[in-house]
Amino acid sequence: MSEKENFESALKRLEEIVQKLEEGNLSLDDSLKLFEEGIQLSRFCTKKLSEAEKKVEKLIKIGEEFKLEPLDIEEDEE
Amino acid sequence: MQKIYAVSEITKEIKTLLEENIPTIWVEGEVSNYTLHSSGHRYFSLKDENSQIRCVFWKWQAYSLSFEIEDGMKVIALGNITIYERNGQYQLNIIKLKPLGIGKLELEFQRLKEKLFKEGLFDESHKIPIPKFPQTIGVVTSPTGAAIRDIIEIIQRRAPDVKIILNPVKVQGPGAAEEIAQAIYDFNEYKKVNLLIVGRGGGSLEDLWAFNEEIVARAIYDSKIPVISAIGHEIDFTIADFVADLRVPTPSAAAELAVRDRAEICRELNTLINRLITLQSSSIEYLKQRVESAIKSYGFRRPMDLVGQLTQRTDELTRNLFKEKKNCFEFRKKSLSLFMGKLNALSPLAVFGRGFSLTRKLPELLIIKDAGILKIDDRVEVKFLKGRIESKVEKVDKE
Repeated sequence: MSEKENFESALKRLEEIVQKLEEGNLSLDDSLKLFEEGIQLSRFCTKKLSEAEKKVEKLIKIGEEFKLEPLDIEEDEE
Repeated sequence: MQKIYAVSEITKEIKTLLEENIPTIWVEGEVSNYTLHSSGHRYFSLKDENSQIRCVFWKWQAYSLSFEIEDGMKVIALGNITIYERNGQYQLNIIKLKPLGIGKLELEFQRLKEKLFKEGLFDESHKIPIPKFPQTIGVVTSPTGAAIRDIIEIIQRRAPDVKIILNPVKVQGPGAAEEIAQAIYDFNEYKKVNLLIVGRGGGSLEDLWAFNEEIVARAIYDSKIPVISAIGHEIDFTIADFVADLRVPTPSAAAELAVRDRAEICRELNTLINRLITLQSSSIEYLKQRVESAIKSYGFRRPMDLVGQLTQRTDELTRNLFKEKKNCFEFRKKSLSLFMGKLNALSPLAVFGRGFSLTRKLPELLIIKDAGILKIDDRVEVKFLKGRIESKVEKVDKE
């Protein structure tokens, strides 16, 4: 759950950084720091996007417990 | 001779006359004498204040009937006028039947909607925002049918990194509402999903009725996980739609909305990265220019110039120094020979050359400049330019 929250906040932070750099008025030091952070965030986001799980499962309840089983989509019976 | 008709003959004529001249028509009336025959066919009359007409609604025509027919109900029927030859009865052969005004199901719908609205189940303030990047999506729908297939296909195409978990349920018929509600509670207990899609494909009001039931509405309301209702009913809303955190018309629409297209995000990301790099390059370029112009400007150049000046001066001085040293040496040489010359002239050796001699009293070798120092019989040494003698004093003259 937290992994994708990181993606969302990473993307948001990256947008923030670009905006800040566009506004200018930063010292060389600060702008270098932001640039570096931006590059790291870019790498992270790109990596997340290239992950492809394609997982489909079925939720089964046994008593009080839950289990996941691979799902087979049956053909239309209608 | 007048033609004499047999009963069936005239009946047939009347039938043809009616059928050929009266097209498919809509008839409005009140239901009475309704029977559902064991065969599955329905028989009733439609009446108004002045007249009535027999109706038959065959089983195979009535498959799409979404409500129960009751005496007293006002309906509108689409059908053809025919004659049932056996009893010579004309009747309306019904193709389609619709309730006119409020049908029973509709009444129930209105009642529940009012009740739940008053309780606040539809309140906007209660709705949970739909997450932008759900990692795992729970789906409550039938395991067969197009709904789940469409949802899977769309999510996997747009966002292959998203996990899908189905909790399969009946979506119509007895017990469906209970199963749907339980599936929503199950996901809330399981917890590991970020979003729920609850829905089904299209159908009649009766088919979708499970999603109008109170138990489903409460399950959606109680859900801590945001719920998208996707009940395939393009125009009308079900009660579940009102309670849900978001309503979309179809399961496919739910899938499209639930996940952002990764390809699109990649493009956006690339644009951001390009902007980032461009910004950095241009700010470096800008700083470079500032440094260069600072170097070029006189103010900054002065120190460098000064250094240059100093260096040059140093060289100059050093050069001069060597030159002077050389001069100095030359001067010394010159004056030395002059001096040497002077010295030579003053040298006693030069005096000897002129015949003078040097007399020294023995043994002290005291140089005699005054004869008075000497006594008779003193011994003296006399040096000549060349050689020397020793002699005794015989006479002294003090002048």
